[in-house]
Amino acid sequence: MSARGLSMSFGAFSAVRNVDLDVHHARVHALIGPNGAGKTTVFNLLTKFLTPTGGTITFMGTDITRLPPDRVARMGLVRSFQISAVFPHLTVLDNVRVALQRPNGLATQFWRPLSALDSLNERADRLIAAVGLSEARNAMAADLSYGRKRVLEIATTLALDPKVLLLDEPMAGMGGEDVAVVAGIIRNVARDRAVLMVEHNLKVVADICDHVTVLQRGEILAEGDYRTVSEDPRVRAAYMGTEEA
Amino acid sequence: MADMVETTASGERSATAQSIRIGFLLAGLAALAVAPLFLYPVFLMKLLCFALFACAFNLLIGYTGLLSFGHAAFFGGAAYFTAHAVKEWHLTPELGILVGVLGAALLGLVIGFFAIRRQGIYFAMITLALAQMFYFFCLQAEFTKGEDGIQGVPRGHFLGLLDLSTSTNMYYFTLAVFLVGLLVIWRFVNSPFGMILKSIRENEQRAVSLGYSVQYYKLGAFVMSAALAGLAGGTKALVFQFATLTDVTWQMSGEVILMTLLGGIGTLIGPVFGAGLVVTLQHYLATSDFPVTIVTGVVFMACVLLFRRGLVGEFYASRLGRRLGFAYRR
Ligand SMILES: Nc1ncnc2c1ncn2[C@@H]1O[C@H](COP(=O)(O)OP(=O)(O)OP(=O)(O)O)[C@@H](O)[C@H]1O
Ligand SMILES: [Mg+2]
Repeated sequence: MSARGLSMSFGAFSAVRNVDLDVHHARVHALIGPNGAGKTTVFNLLTKFLTPTGGTITFMGTDITRLPPDRVARMGLVRSFQISAVFPHLTVLDNVRVALQRPNGLATQFWRPLSALDSLNERADRLIAAVGLSEARNAMAADLSYGRKRVLEIATTLALDPKVLLLDEPMAGMGGEDVAVVAGIIRNVARDRAVLMVEHNLKVVADICDHVTVLQRGEILAEGDYRTVSEDPRVRAAYMGTEEA
Repeated sequence: MADMVETTASGERSATAQSIRIGFLLAGLAALAVAPLFLYPVFLMKLLCFALFACAFNLLIGYTGLLSFGHAAFFGGAAYFTAHAVKEWHLTPELGILVGVLGAALLGLVIGFFAIRRQGIYFAMITLALAQMFYFFCLQAEFTKGEDGIQGVPRGHFLGLLDLSTSTNMYYFTLAVFLVGLLVIWRFVNSPFGMILKSIRENEQRAVSLGYSVQYYKLGAFVMSAALAGLAGGTKALVFQFATLTDVTWQMSGEVILMTLLGGIGTLIGPVFGAGLVVTLQHYLATSDFPVTIVTGVVFMACVLLFRRGLVGEFYASRLGRRLGFAYRR
């Protein structure tokens, strides 16, 4: 996936200016920057939850700049949200099954009983086990701890078997142990797909990301591997006093 | 779904609770079966038609979160279609009702197509506006016979065999239609499609990000709701043997909202009780000196203030309701 000259203005305020971004297969790419830099907005643009005011986005050779968000998701460009997005009054199992329903052709049958969805259980359970939620399988998503909601969201995202995975602060608000678990999951899934993630925890970025793009006030400030970027004086200046630099 | 969900209560207790719930169901069915021995059948049939109408409406607001202010178009429209089909084309009653249902579904497809792009109050306004356009169409069109309505609609013979002109036969026919309607709603809500509807209601953005074209799912629910409202309207035309403008007015759209709110949004059976209450009030107040609208208004106010979840919703949410394994979620 690549974006060229991506721009977004809200009225007179330009939140994203002229951003070029290339996301590659089998690579974890981090998008970092101070609060309000425009990271979430970039995510919204790439997944078409917002339509860019300028620039183009191509995904596997197709121009997706004007496609609706659900189309883009069906093509394999799937996101998670900064504010955890689960279906609160569904169980963990049902959350994952909802994600599995469409790709398995079980979304439109209004005449079949719910037990028709049991054929998805095996795959759903595997995904739930992969993120360590097996014993919470039948719990309501609303009753999970914050960190567990985040991993549930990752499991539902993975259920779509996406080609590109966009994760908006997947580890925000998690305890140290959970962070390590999720970092492991991300590394693992990135072996055969592309991952773009927003992350504030620079240690995580250093550990698992192959490539880093730094955004500041809607513009790209620096780009490269973690070491190069972290030694860049402009990046140090941008982070000084604002973040956990 | 709010009804009949198994709880986490320990085995024995939930088994008892389940048998009590099944007991409720059987008692309800038995009551419906013997009701015409005690109550005026036409009154009961009217009640069943409105109950089904309210359940159809609830399919939309309760399970999709869309507040339609134009459902009279489907209810009254189907009444016209059915009445015309059996009177002018001499179709049997079941085919006449089928014409009504298909007509309402088609109307639902058109109105829904324009409305589902909007949300909240805008959705309500568009459904209202389009339903009003349909009202004026009914006022002007030839086949609806203007102010008079279509009168003297023959009830005919069900499947060409069962004579529906006696009120007992007609009652059981109406009861069967009502139960089939409820069964369709129950299946629809508890189906793979219903699961997606539920997820859309829970978190629409997330459903989009999982690749669901939420507009199509909402339109599907809208058309199904319209078709079932049509089932109620078509049956009502046979019960009363006429179809008039009253059933396509915006007041009728308002009345069904009232019934559903009174009974409990998002509970399968709530709208039945809401409709029962409203129809009963109207029935008994019609012969008294009280102005009907004021009394229903006061009852409505009282219910909204006292029972925020509706009659059945409050019961489900109460300690007793929860111990019986009902669940109420909104
Ligand atoms: N819909 C909108 N309308 C107007 N302004 C917006 C809108 N969405 C975002 N913005 C503005 O765009 C800027 C970038 O916001 P964005 O959410 O992309 O930042 P971010 O980098 O994700 O920050 P954080 O680290 O806090 O998540 C902010 O100044 C924000 O106020
Ligand atoms: Mg953000």
